[in-house]
Amino acid sequence: MNALQPIVKRATIWLPYLWLLIFFLAPFVMVVKLSVSEPAIAQPPYIPALDWLDGPLGWWEDIKKFSFSNYTFLTQDALYWKSYLSSVQIALISTVLTLLIGYPLAYGMASAPRTLRPLLLMLVILPFWTSFLIRVYAWIGILKKEGLLNQFLLWLGVISEPLTIMNTNWAVYIGIVYSYLPFMVLPLYANLEKQDSALLEAAADLGCSKMSAFWQITWPLSRPGVIAGCMLVFIPAVGEFVIPSLLGGSSTLMIGRVLFDEFFQNRDWPVSSAVAVILLLLLIVPIMLFQRSEVRAREQSA
Amino acid sequence: MNRHWSKFNIVSVVLGFAFLYIPILLLIIYSFNASKLVTVWAGFSTKWYTAAFANQGLVDAAWVTFRVAIISATIATVLGTLAAMALARNTRFRGRFLFSGMIYAPLVMPEVITGLSLLLLFVAVGMDRGITTVTLAHITFSMCFVAVVVQSRLASFDRSLEEAALDLGATPARAFFSVTLPIIMPAIVAGWMLAFTLSLDDLVIAQFNSGPGATTLPMKIFSQVRLGVTPEINAVCTILVGVVTTGVIIASLSIKRQEVRAARAERLATQT
Repeated sequence: MNALQPIVKRATIWLPYLWLLIFFLAPFVMVVKLSVSEPAIAQPPYIPALDWLDGPLGWWEDIKKFSFSNYTFLTQDALYWKSYLSSVQIALISTVLTLLIGYPLAYGMASAPRTLRPLLLMLVILPFWTSFLIRVYAWIGILKKEGLLNQFLLWLGVISEPLTIMNTNWAVYIGIVYSYLPFMVLPLYANLEKQDSALLEAAADLGCSKMSAFWQITWPLSRPGVIAGCMLVFIPAVGEFVIPSLLGGSSTLMIGRVLFDEFFQNRDWPVSSAVAVILLLLLIVPIMLFQRSEVRAREQSA
Repeated sequence: MNRHWSKFNIVSVVLGFAFLYIPILLLIIYSFNASKLVTVWAGFSTKWYTAAFANQGLVDAAWVTFRVAIISATIATVLGTLAAMALARNTRFRGRFLFSGMIYAPLVMPEVITGLSLLLLFVAVGMDRGITTVTLAHITFSMCFVAVVVQSRLASFDRSLEEAALDLGATPARAFFSVTLPIIMPAIVAGWMLAFTLSLDDLVIAQFNSGPGATTLPMKIFSQVRLGVTPEINAVCTILVGVVTTGVIIASLSIKRQEVRAARAERLATQT
């Protein structure tokens, strides 16, 4: 079936496959391995739990010596489970907020005159190309106590004294919604744009109000777009590091930040690996859901 | 979808875009502020741009970032295109499920995990952290984005064109380079640009995988931002936004033109 020569054909598969095995899968094995190792004051700061050179028999000896102290440590210190919980909570709230803003935007874009749509689509994609870090940074000047938002609201007379938004969870929500909005809008728009407007006309002819037509036709049909968009926002948001560390305060607990500090400040590599393993386990179900919906979407379009 | 563009639709689009663009616009405006206080306007000035260019640390970091982005985007584009071909053209091969899993998972994987795991690999094999390790890390996650972009173009590619070339006596390599490649070129270019900007942007993975002498621009910006907002950083950010935006607009216009031409050629080829 394939026209290319067998060797070339095989290389097209094996080259990227091998690359991903070495640089994507093998590193995860390393993380798991390190999470059962003992920390040490050395360079690198741990005692390897499994030495590949020991041979099969030696491996079994090594496995028996695996230390789960890093994991028990995670359950003992309240900081960790509180961080996991609050990461999931912050990510959930932000995902819902992103959906609330993204859906009307995508809906409005999909109903725009056909000639205008490519321009609108381009305008949604453009911020996605500009640096994530810069977009988060831009909010600091706006949300600060003496920042532009407070100046504006004071000038309007809506508030009499400046609001404290910066360094609270609200700043983190705003940051996540802002940074991930294009990820929500794009799959939603792709879905809404394809929907057949004849369905809505038929509903109107049968005496259905616009509101109930939306809830009975458009919304259920847009479910795949909603799921894809929510996953694209929720999963990375749980492990977010940049947003909580720039916009959040000291009380904003997020696991990405905990992992980062554990690694760079406490230099406890085994504990940060254990944190990563648990985070991955937490996200495995949403990631599988996302992958399944992606594969299905591709196969439908093919 | 063809509907009436209601007032509600217009308002939500306008508000949505205002939300997306006002913060960036404010950042750009305040980079031209004469005052050192970022939030108080004191007249127009370009002195922060001069200051940014005079800052050797920033210039060095920009150079490192640029080199890493060019190299990693190029290699990621080759690997990602191969991966896309493998996925689009071989519906069945051993380990396909794992393969597609490894393509899609990095798209949503929290960066802290990717960064940490790659670092552990480099430490385990005894590689010194520096420009090479950052480049390898960037290739790995951006090739997946390239693969997804190219795959969606390949999905709509008419295989009979390639078969026609083979029937007419072209070698498989020739058929690929003179028929398939030109048609999927816009997607490959878009993939390269995506890989380039992803590399240009990345903070977390670089932080884990870089070493002394390999400070990238995002790392530099981040360490300065932690100390507070400065107009100099505003200026650097404005330059970055300007470069990327101009690049994207020029590229997407030329891709558009090329696509129209390619579609016409494809139509002509299938008609005759």
